[in-house]
Amino acid sequence: MSTSRKGVFKRVLKQLSNYKLSVAATIFFALVTVAGTLSIPVFFGQIVDLIVDGGGINFSAVFQKFIIIAAIIAVTCIAQWLMSEINNRITYNVIKDIREEAFGHIQRLPLKFIDSHPYGDIVGRVIADVDQFADGLLMGFTQLFTGVLTILGTLVIMLVINWIIALVVVVITPLSLFVAKFIASRTYNMFKKTSEVRGEQTAFIDEMIGNLKVVQAFSHEDENLEKFDEINSRLTKASLKSIFFSSLVNPSTRFINAVVYAMVALAGALMLVLNVPLPIAFSVGILTSLLSYANQYTKPFNEISGVVTELQNALACAGRIYEVIDEPAEAPDGPDATVLDKAEGNVKFEKVNFSYTADKKLIENFNLTVKAGQRIAIVGPTGCGKTTLINLLMRFYDPVSGVIAVDGNDILNVTRKSLRSNYGMVLQDTWLKNGTVRQNILIGKPDATDGEMIEAAKASHSHNFIMQLPNGYDTVIAEDGGNLSQGQKQLLCITRIMLALPPMLILDEATSSIDTRTERRIQDAFAKLMSGRTSFIVAHRLSTIQEADLILVMNNGEIIEQGTHKALLEKHGFYYNLYNSQFAI
Amino acid sequence: MGKLLKYLKNYRLQAVLAPLFKLLEACFELFVPIIVAAIIDTGVKEGAGVSYIVYACLILLALGVVGLIAAVAAQYFAARAAVGFSQELRHDLFSRLQSLSYSQIDALGTPKMITRMTSDVNQIQSGVNLVLRLFMRSPFIVFGAMIMAFIIDVYAGAVFAISIAVLCVIVFGIMLVSIPLYKKSQGKLDSVTVTTRETLTGARVLRAFCKENEEIKEFNSRNDSLKKSQLFVGRISALMNPLTYAVINVAIIILFYVGAVRVEYGILTQGMVVALYNYMSQILVELIKLANLIITVTKSFASAGRIAEILEMRSSLKAGGAEREDGEYIRFENVCANYGDAAVNALDNINFTVQRGQTVGIIGGTGAGKTTLVNLIPHFYDVCSGKILIGGVNVNSIGDEALRGRCGVVPQRAVLFEGTIRQNMQWGKADATDEEILSAIETAQAADVVASKDLGLDEMVEQGGKNFSGGQRQRLTIARALVKKPEILILDDSASALDYATDAKLRSALKRLDYNPTVFIVSQRTSSIRHADKIIVLDGGKMVGIGTHDELLNTCDLYREIHYSQFAKEGA
Repeated sequence: MSTSRKGVFKRVLKQLSNYKLSVAATIFFALVTVAGTLSIPVFFGQIVDLIVDGGGINFSAVFQKFIIIAAIIAVTCIAQWLMSEINNRITYNVIKDIREEAFGHIQRLPLKFIDSHPYGDIVGRVIADVDQFADGLLMGFTQLFTGVLTILGTLVIMLVINWIIALVVVVITPLSLFVAKFIASRTYNMFKKTSEVRGEQTAFIDEMIGNLKVVQAFSHEDENLEKFDEINSRLTKASLKSIFFSSLVNPSTRFINAVVYAMVALAGALMLVLNVPLPIAFSVGILTSLLSYANQYTKPFNEISGVVTELQNALACAGRIYEVIDEPAEAPDGPDATVLDKAEGNVKFEKVNFSYTADKKLIENFNLTVKAGQRIAIVGPTGCGKTTLINLLMRFYDPVSGVIAVDGNDILNVTRKSLRSNYGMVLQDTWLKNGTVRQNILIGKPDATDGEMIEAAKASHSHNFIMQLPNGYDTVIAEDGGNLSQGQKQLLCITRIMLALPPMLILDEATSSIDTRTERRIQDAFAKLMSGRTSFIVAHRLSTIQEADLILVMNNGEIIEQGTHKALLEKHGFYYNLYNSQFAI
Repeated sequence: MGKLLKYLKNYRLQAVLAPLFKLLEACFELFVPIIVAAIIDTGVKEGAGVSYIVYACLILLALGVVGLIAAVAAQYFAARAAVGFSQELRHDLFSRLQSLSYSQIDALGTPKMITRMTSDVNQIQSGVNLVLRLFMRSPFIVFGAMIMAFIIDVYAGAVFAISIAVLCVIVFGIMLVSIPLYKKSQGKLDSVTVTTRETLTGARVLRAFCKENEEIKEFNSRNDSLKKSQLFVGRISALMNPLTYAVINVAIIILFYVGAVRVEYGILTQGMVVALYNYMSQILVELIKLANLIITVTKSFASAGRIAEILEMRSSLKAGGAEREDGEYIRFENVCANYGDAAVNALDNINFTVQRGQTVGIIGGTGAGKTTLVNLIPHFYDVCSGKILIGGVNVNSIGDEALRGRCGVVPQRAVLFEGTIRQNMQWGKADATDEEILSAIETAQAADVVASKDLGLDEMVEQGGKNFSGGQRQRLTIARALVKKPEILILDDSASALDYATDAKLRSALKRLDYNPTVFIVSQRTSSIRHADKIIVLDGGKMVGIGTHDELLNTCDLYREIHYSQFAKEGA
């Protein structure tokens, strides 16, 4: 779908079409509100004409008007409140719909998209952009309708009660629009400049305050302060300009308003004094009404110009959300996809080619046969393709060509859910959910009993430290697991797997943050876990992989050597050198 | 806020002039209804004539012009004062943050410090700006209108007083009720944000466990609860407009009734009633402006409090006397260290000495106190008891800048800064020549990194060093410390991303350095430190062993355990 402004606008309208009735209602109530608001000055004007001089005031006529006005006030207030309520409902429901749609879509987006976009950017779209969109939508509903209606209504009423003065107003008012527009267009560039400098300053603060310890270690404080002051003084200049010039809008339009007001007063008073034969009825009361209209008339103009920028902004934000929603999702599982129940664990790579970007080849013609229950270790320098292999096994990415099969089934023809639940995965990059320790452990087996959970925690040597947490298994883990050490987080990830007991295992540097003593203690548990399960192990520490059935030595996306530890050492090749470098100087 | 007022000192004049000019503008606005009343009463009804009316209207225009000039001046002074205020505040805050000690940095945390520097300062800036513009004007118009009403007629004035009181109750009452509700709904928005971020950061794990639908369910329930809370608070704030509208118009009805009675008895004129009507209309707009001002000011006050807290902080590092003691080059004497008020010391009674030019390895499990120990040497933290001497002088009396100039630190997290590779290297020594830089890079085993870049030393490093791999960054940060030619080099687990072969080459290159630095190597792997002159084994903050590799294999159970966990016995 088009992301042009027009296209986005059409989509927003479509999104609103679910709330047709509400939109109709809000337009109706806006009409009532404006009609009420505009009619009141007419009646007040009539009252002014009833109290010209002492001694002869017709109080019953005055009271009659009071009753009419009171009734109008009541109706207007109710209509106004209903209008706001309906507008809130439409807006908050629409943004709820959009957020749900976006979030649901993110679940189906390929990891390629998630890996290649900064998290902050996507979160910003789902949260901040949607909020901005809501603000624009709400303002559009509450101020655009009523603003336009007020302007039209005021014009009509003024024309009806005194078209001559109405003409005075109509001629001068555009000046106010012109001035506002003039200032807005001049300040746009100033604001842009200000936000650029502010961005530069924020980036600098981010960098230097974020790494303050390094700054201090190199005694770089003075240089930093100098650079900071330089940016700071540029920011000051830029913001002074933008703040000052933009703040001129209010006084200038107030001034134009004052001019209109004076002109209406002049024209009205002259008409009354000069006794010119007028084609229309005129009185002090009517003049009062006109003055009060003249006062109100420019306000909606200013509001509307504000709303228009806000709406443009809202459309831009909506466009960014739609971009996420329109991002092509993963192809869904085929209708005849196999459900892999409990795999035996025979894994086969056949002529697999893969690369993240078309111009940079990574894995080429990769062949590997793993028998059920084998322990496969993968070693090699950074960037050799170890992690890529895991991405392929889990179908986080699909190969460009070639076949990966589990128990003889091409994994492209197996449902993702069933394939993934056959693997237990522990990554170097530990990730815990924002929730309790219990919730995190049970993620792989939600129906596990407490006994099973504790048994798994004991096996992975995490029971002890969990019990030391303030609320044991019910301790809430902060976002990013802030209150746990890296090693403890990794232990919890291992506990997860110990509980779920899937038929195959993927361990990517699974113990890298755990100190070697604890690591040694959980080795036994790991060994038990791995027996009978096909396991893929990536590790830096060669000691952890010596007992593997097959060691794959990878470099530049290729397997350059494979065999057992002993066989590889005897070969005196790449692995031999890697292994021996541990004992060099 | 009071404590921050000093930042307005240089802008005292502007800060006084801005509200003054605003006041002037408001005065002119208050004259308008009186003049209109005069036009009606004197000009029209008493027949003072065309010239009187034209004259009065010219005054109206003149009031507009003078009002405009006053307003423009006020806006300028307000903007100047607010912007200048925040410039000086930012400068001081930045400089204060830079002076904090490591333990204060730890306690504050980076996100907090960045928020203080950015959004909190901005919040205060707009608060100052708005206060200077409005805090005189709005109350002045509201109460000015009331006083004018009292001058015209006491009964009418009473109507004003009562309606202002009622409006205040409504406006501030609704604000009072809705602000906490807005906060609550902000909290719900935060939880929606957390779920969104989580589903991205945990995409792999969530998909591995097939939790997509659970995630959607959780998100939808949080999203729904957000919507409900937004609707609830929206419903309450939606009362503001209709209620104030009703109060003002009912007040006008009463005003007209009172006015009609007074006109009947000849106390008031028609024009004066019109003037009262106009004054009433002015009140509402200003009262709502005032309410918004108060919201902004409350927020600014909160920000100001948070900033003042930081400005009051002084580096917690203590300086000591400069007595000199004889003895070894570096000496740790009964050193204890503690973070904040943790129950257990991070380091407990550490004693050791180091000769100049020696290499010291430090090993132990996570949380054993390795990083703490090396951070004490450049006086990043204070000890809580005991002392550390370098060349016979306590580190707290050497002077932090001088001391840190002698130490080259390579932190655990390899951080590079935006700029060229050369600029990054010159952090170590501002006037380092290319030769010096390249030789440091050579030692740090990073020559291939520079060679692989088209622009060599002029290659730009993106913010956070994103365009370099972890291992490349690590080697460049080692080079940066070496450019200093430091007397003491501290490598805090800085070779963790290097493969064994590179790690080994690095160590032998360090050995060959002609200025012969004293080197501290923190590591989890025995292979990185086994050739050190002295190895310190830490466990839970206590030193459980010290000696050479071979000695420790014989004497220290923990060292033996660590070593054999990394190397099968027959390999050793």
